Amino acid sequence: MIAGVIAVQGDVSEHAAAIRRAAAAHDADCEVREIRTSGIVPDCDVLLMPGGESTTISRLLADEGIDDEIRAHVEAGNPILATCAGLIVAARDAKDDRVSTLGLLDVTVDRNAFGRQKDSFEAPLDIEGLDEPFPAVFIRAPLIDTVGDDVEVLADWEGNPVGVRQGPVVASSFHPELTPDTRLHQLAFFDETEAVVPTEVDG
Amino acid sequence: MSEPTDLGTLRRGTELVKRGFAQMQKGGVIMDVVNAEQARIAEDAGAVAVMALEAVPADIRKRGGVARMPDPSKVSEIIDEVSIPVMGKSRIGHHTEAQILEALGVDMIDESEVLTPADDEYHIDKSEFTSPFVCGARNLPEALRRIHEGAAMIRTKGEAGTGDVNQAVQHQRTMMNQIRTIEGLDHEEREKWAREHGAPRELVHEAAEMGRLPVVNFAAGGIATPADAALMMHHDCDGIFVGSGIFGAEDPEAMGESIVEAVNNWDDPDRLAEIATEAGSGMKGQSNDSIPDEERLQGRGV
Repeated sequence: MIAGVIAVQGDVSEHAAAIRRAAAAHDADCEVREIRTSGIVPDCDVLLMPGGESTTISRLLADEGIDDEIRAHVEAGNPILATCAGLIVAARDAKDDRVSTLGLLDVTVDRNAFGRQKDSFEAPLDIEGLDEPFPAVFIRAPLIDTVGDDVEVLADWEGNPVGVRQGPVVASSFHPELTPDTRLHQLAFFDETEAVVPTEVDG
Repeated sequence: MSEPTDLGTLRRGTELVKRGFAQMQKGGVIMDVVNAEQARIAEDAGAVAVMALEAVPADIRKRGGVARMPDPSKVSEIIDEVSIPVMGKSRIGHHTEAQILEALGVDMIDESEVLTPADDEYHIDKSEFTSPFVCGARNLPEALRRIHEGAAMIRTKGEAGTGDVNQAVQHQRTMMNQIRTIEGLDHEEREKWAREHGAPRELVHEAAEMGRLPVVNFAAGGIATPADAALMMHHDCDGIFVGSGIFGAEDPEAMGESIVEAVNNWDDPDRLAEIATEAGSGMKGQSNDSIPDEERLQGRGV
């Protein structure tokens, strides 16, 4: 499997490490490519869109011509996991003209919905399809405001969706790549019924 | 790190949350701004965050006098203007300035040598704060002392306000060289190295095992052009702070955009040539060599 991590800005190496761990849990071969220019996405089987600043990421994706390649990847039914800023960029509408969204997901999002960094937090979170709560890290996180009919809500925080799936797209407000727990990466890219709780901490 | 089920309930200001914020800045450019108008230009140029301060380092240098935290009303204006994170500078050891910045809603505090130090002996106990801190360091032991005090991010201490990248390069080279040194040492030798260099021993072992600093490491000080920014990425920095280099340039907007693009394309000379062409001319600057020792900022707070 070739996993492409969108690497124009954000916590790229964390996602690269997470997809390697998730693949190892399924005995799958995984080659990771960092994507800072166009021409690499078409070679990738799966994509990861990391956390970072959605204004910066969306601007560089457009400048580099990566945006259309990501849309084509999803239109062809190939999987992508988008976290935090990645979710904002993947959304239909971020209600902010500073961010050009890709419309991969039929959701609207509110940026920085939890407040400022001092309001950022970690908490256990129940996720549909996972037996045990997930250690969710929310950093200046967005909330999902409205979801389309085809969007499945995987997790919510006080009634607002924070994890969703629509076809090949899985997205979260929080950062699964910041902890050693790779279950969300497994859920996005492998058969979720086989999601393995990590026994080894290497993060 | 704890097992998922051990997390308990909601927790703010943990090491994971503070360091995680710094990790989100990677591959980005953080720009110094003194007011809302500059913050808007920085955000439009693609900055991942802005750093609020009273005056850019080049002006602080010219002006002299005591340099303090920015005016709270300016900080609030900047926070209201942009959607990206807003950082703010406090004086070294000035616990209360840092508390005020946190209360204002600043997302990260830079305990900075660019301002006049409030305390010659001690830095702020950063672990007590909910907000993450970034601190400057010229070498590995200095970086590990700051991390031990709770810094969630490290940056070089290149001579601020000069537009001369020389010292930032020097600091980053020293950092990487010392990391390679401790990687090659055995357990007892690392213990001795920690003692001899006044570095917290547990962090020496951690950095040696990781082969890098345990937190995000940015370049700062003297970065004035797209080429300077790309050079610091070439030297394995995680991202870039630009101080006087944006608003001291002929066309701040073009310079800001070009530096953002240069960080993404740091390893592609053809693209860098195009990007540098669009940047316009950089700040005039002042060579590091021409600054007398007593006027150097980097020796503050070691």
